[in-house]
This record gives sequence, structure tokens and C-alpha cells, in this order.
Amino acid sequence: MKKHLLSIDDVTAGDIDALFETAAEMHDVQRRAVKKLPALRGRTVINLFFEDSTRTRSSFEIAGKWLSADVINLSAKGSSTSKGESLRDTVRTVTAMGIDGLVMRHSASGAAQQVSEWIDVPVINAGDGTHEHPTQALLDAYTLSRRLGPLEGRHVAIVGDLTHSRVFRSNVKSLTKLGARVTVVAPPTLMPSGIGTWSEEAGFETSYDLDAVLQGEHGTVDAVMMLRVQRERMSGGYFPSAREYTVGYGLTRDRLRCLAAGTPILHPGPMNRGLEISADAADAVDSVVLDQVSAGVAVRMAVLYHLLAGEDSQ
Amino acid sequence: MTSLLIKGASLLGGEAADVYVEDGLIRSVGPFSGTAETVDADGLVLLPGLVDLHTHLREPGREDAETVLTGSQAAAAGGYTSVLAMANTTPVTDTAEAAERVLDLGRAAGLVDVQPVGAVTKGLAGEELAELGLMARSRARVRVFSDDGKCVADPRVMRRALEYVKAFGGVVSQHSQDPALAPYGSACCHEGQLSGELGLPGWPSVAEETIVARDVMLARHTGSRVHVAHVSTAGSVEVVRWAKAQGIAVTAEVTPHHLLLTTDLLSGYDPTYKVNPPLRPAEDVEALRAALADGTIDAVATDHAPHARHDKEHAFVDAAFGMLGLETALPVVATVMVESGLLDWAGVARVMSVNPAAIAGLDRHGRPLAEGEPANLTLVDPSASYVVDREASLSLSRNNPWHGRTVTGRVVGTFLRGRRTFGS
Repeated sequence: MKKHLLSIDDVTAGDIDALFETAAEMHDVQRRAVKKLPALRGRTVINLFFEDSTRTRSSFEIAGKWLSADVINLSAKGSSTSKGESLRDTVRTVTAMGIDGLVMRHSASGAAQQVSEWIDVPVINAGDGTHEHPTQALLDAYTLSRRLGPLEGRHVAIVGDLTHSRVFRSNVKSLTKLGARVTVVAPPTLMPSGIGTWSEEAGFETSYDLDAVLQGEHGTVDAVMMLRVQRERMSGGYFPSAREYTVGYGLTRDRLRCLAAGTPILHPGPMNRGLEISADAADAVDSVVLDQVSAGVAVRMAVLYHLLAGEDSQ
Repeated sequence: MTSLLIKGASLLGGEAADVYVEDGLIRSVGPFSGTAETVDADGLVLLPGLVDLHTHLREPGREDAETVLTGSQAAAAGGYTSVLAMANTTPVTDTAEAAERVLDLGRAAGLVDVQPVGAVTKGLAGEELAELGLMARSRARVRVFSDDGKCVADPRVMRRALEYVKAFGGVVSQHSQDPALAPYGSACCHEGQLSGELGLPGWPSVAEETIVARDVMLARHTGSRVHVAHVSTAGSVEVVRWAKAQGIAVTAEVTPHHLLLTTDLLSGYDPTYKVNPPLRPAEDVEALRAALADGTIDAVATDHAPHARHDKEHAFVDAAFGMLGLETALPVVATVMVESGLLDWAGVARVMSVNPAAIAGLDRHGRPLAEGEPANLTLVDPSASYVVDREASLSLSRNNPWHGRTVTGRVVGTFLRGRRTFGS
């Protein structure tokens, strides 16, 4: 594997298989009474979060701790940057404390990549703006493969605010890399610019019509991934009202009936119940939302292990 | 008094001649038999001194990024004898006193004629007209007004500005970019497939094109002159071409970077390539080159925008906009336009000296290479190829997108009123 995990572009299908194999072992450890493994004993990982996050930060923190790493959470939101310190100075300062790995979230797209060019330790992107969230995509694919088996030839619909979604951008890469077919669904105002040529080049499909997709117009749907819609997008004029959004693009009770039994429903959280996902869908037997959370720890353990437990002990 | 003989230079790339200069004026063009300090210009091209319609000198306010002195040094090294200093300093050049201060700093530096640009609106806020008339009447004789960095977005304000400056032959240089068409106010690149993939908020080309279209119609309505700063899209070029065909008084400039660099350079999130207006796709670059060659675009202007290193070392969306340009403009234009045959050297003189001087109302620059004219001159070695090294810059800043690129055509001498300001 490459030194950093900044984007799904950094991993091959083979890397993903290896990560999933490790994740499966970690997943078993999660069920033990004593969960700690010694793999990263003596290593220090900093969770440097420039943007608020509860679940991703906790997930990385637990993953690091179960591997016996010393994990320090550093919230940089509005601290140095608001005093005018450059991003380069901030991360070089943190790194100079003698850390072995940096898990980083930032509200700006590309921040993790920029940082990786300024410091020597491995950087794991825990979400950069509207660009990527690679560990989320890995845990989604892991969750799906536990349910569906190999993803080759499977068809996943990703529905929601694509423009502002790093989850979508990472998922479309990982799923196509694993041989799955992807159809993304959104109103035109929430489709990223240039998605027409992008989807042709990258080999995924697009639609404005969720009902048609769920009814199989692009092929039988094997899994549905709903994306969070931020209510403030309404003030940006991306759609007229929450009600209209739900009618067009929500996974409502009626739409749930279009799905064959055993079709996993994913959501990266936090869910807006009643907006993009109905309570019926969120709590359906096929909802794997909590499986995603538990897989998140296992997959992040696998990522930390592969990037930080290399033979050349740092 | 001072005298100088520039011997054997090719005038505008045409026939070679001796140019004799005395007391700041060209005294003779042709064979010269007297004695004078001589510059051997065999194989070199002589141009009228270059004029930059669009320079950011950062003084007052950000003297850590550039000063009038260091910017003047960079300008002279780039072959310029006059630069127009944009108004977006701190404080803004929106009063006669502020304009005179910039003028005086330029005179003290003494390397190029620094001509202040006045703000269109107070504090660049886009709301109330700045004291345009007082700036025009000041010692700085301001004729070009611009809120550059920001668009004069309100059509009512733009209309009044265009009308008002007619009284003293002024022109409004517009940064054409409708802020309402930028997503959540943080656009930082060209909106297109790449911005979609990178998750960066972009400006669509239409945000520029609708303002250019509106402004040419306002210019027609008011009978005023409008100048389109740093045109960057094929659609804007089409609008300007149409407007000129209607007889509307519109002129336009393009930057060297929009003639060569494309948006795909952003794929690594390197803020060196973050500039406003943004780098565009190759189709736009092609259209801009063609428009510069056919005269639709009148001038090349650098938009030289120095920034302290730390202002570029933020996340891409937070980093400062802009790139250096004064020292590399002529070599880039030579490489892009002359090597390809799109322009000859007379054409370079037209777009980098004659036209910009005319647009700015500078009557002592952009003049013919003829007896009695001011000796504002630039000597170029047209065949010298070299690799741009950002550390070799005379600017205080290092945000140089040309670093490591090979260009052909090197400025080897600059003369302001007969006095050498660059070269040896």
C-alpha cells in the first residue's frame, strides 16, 4: 500500500481485499471481552480535526486504542487558523511533537493531500471538504460485501446531495474499483458540475428519477445508499423545500416497497429522518446503518495497521 | 546630458538600425557615426517599452509581499517602462491623496512610470462611487478606474461610473464576475468536470460572460468606454467581438497565464495555480490566443499578484488568489504567440505597449520607434531559451507558476527616458 490514504485513488482492488481481510480479523476482536491488540504499542496517532465530527473521530480513536496506539484528539477548529496561522505551520507544529501518524479532517477539499506534501508521517484522510472520505467508502464496501458477498457485478444506487458529498466521491471510486455498477441519483442542482463526462469516463450512470432507478430502469438495484442532505442547502436554492425533496428523492415507505427483500440500505449518518430517509427505511430489517458503524472501527483498525505497523518501525 | 547608442537592433523585429538616444528622446534612427556609450544590439529586437495595464504592487498595506520599489524592479526586469498599479491596497486607492502617494512612491523608485488606478467605489465596496473626479484632477491624473479583485456587480453603480468618467476621458476596467453565480461565496477555480471531481466550488464561465455582456450594453447605452480586465473565456471573447462589430467602445486584456496554463493544473490542489479569474480549459485558452491575434483582445496585462509565502500555504479554498507575472510576461507571450506565428514582434509591441498605453491614456508610452519620441525602450533576445527560476525573481514573492518551465525570448535591456533600468 501507499504511504498515505488520501483518496480511494491511493488503493488498488488488491489493497482493498487485503484491508478487508485484516478488517474481518479485527471485527472478530471487537466481539471479544478483551479487545486490545498490541500491534501499535508505542505508536502515537493524532486525530487532527479542523471540522466537527463525533462519529468519525470516535471511530478512529477506538480503532487506535484497540491497537494499543496512543491516540490524541486535537480539535483545530477555529484555533490556529483563525489566528492566521497557515495550515502548513499548524501541521508541521503538530508533527514536530514526534507522532507516527496523522488522521485528519478538514472542511477544505484537498487539505489532506496538501498536508501529506508538507510532513513525513503517514496521513489518513478522515474527510476533506466535499472531496473524499476514503475510510467511509471502505467501510461501506466492507459492510456491503458482508451482506452481498463479492461486489463484482452488483448494482448500487447512491442517492442525494452529490455535489457536496465526499462520501459519494469516495464510494463511486471504491465500488467501481471492486467491479460494482453504480447509479447516482439527484436533482440536477445537486449533481456536481461536469458529471456527464465524468460519469462516462469513470463508468457510472446518473439519473434524476429515483423511482425509475428503484424500479430497475438501470438494472435491478442490489443496495441503496442514501446521502445526508443538509437543510441549509435550501437557502442556497438547490431545491425549493424539504417536502419537495422528500417526494422526489427520499427513501419513503412507498419506495421501500420497490426494493427486493435483502437489499441493504446504507446511510453514512447522521440521518435526517423524514427528509432523505423515512423512519421505516432507517429501521427496516435491511437497514445496515449500525453495521456500518461497527464495520467502521474494524476497517479503520485495518487501515491504521497497514499504514503504521510496517516492518520499518518508526 | 546622457546619450546612448543602441546599435544594430531589429526594430519591432524588422530591419536593423542604430537608435541614438539623447536627453531621454530618440534623436535619430538609422546609421549613426558619432560617439556615444554603445549597446551592441546585434540580433536583438527593439520594442517600445512595455506597459502593464494590471499590476498589484501591494504597497501600501502588504509590504511583506511587494513594495512599489521591488515591483518596479520586477517590472523593469520584465521590459516594462510603465505599470498601472491596482487600487486594492490597504488603504484602498480611492482618494486623490492615496493616488498621489502611489505616484510619488513610483517616482522615488524611479524605474518605471507607476500610474495609479483609482477605485470605482469607496473601499471597493461596490456601493458608492469613489471620488473619481478628484483622483482625475490630482497630480496622479488617474484615468483608469477599477475595483479589481471585485466586480462592480450592481448595474446601477456600474452605469453611473461609466457615465461619470466620460467628463475626463476615464475608463472603467471591470473585473467581470457575477458574485451571485459563485456557489456559497467561496468559489476558487473554474467550474467544470475537474472541480466536480475535486469537490472544489467553482465559478462557471457564465459568471464572467453575463457581466461582460451587461457591461458592453451599458457602455452602448451610456456612450462610455469600458475595459474588460483579464478576459478568460471563449464566451467573453464572442461577446467582445460582437460588441466591437457594433461599434461599442470596449477594449479587453488577457493575462499571460490565461494564454498558456489550464485548469487541469489544479488536480494536485497546489495553490500556486489559484488565481482569479481561474485557469480555464484548453478550449478557452485557444480562443483567447486567436482573439489576441485577430485584435478582438487588445492587450496583454500581467495581473501580477504577489503574495507572501504563508498566504499560499493554506488549504486550497483558503489560500490567496494570484500569481506573479511581470518578469515572465514577455517570454510567455513570445513563446505562445510569436513562436507559433500568431503574432510577429510588431504585434507584440501592439498588444504589450501601444494598445495598453492608448487604453490608459499614457501619451509618453507605446510610441513609435522614431525621431523625437520618448526613449522608453525594451531590448529582447528573441532566441534565448531559459528555464524560469522563481528564486531568481526580483519580486519579494515566490508564487510563480512558471517555475521550472522553459520559455524562449528574454528581456535583456529596459530603458526609461533613455536611462537604463534593467540589463547591463
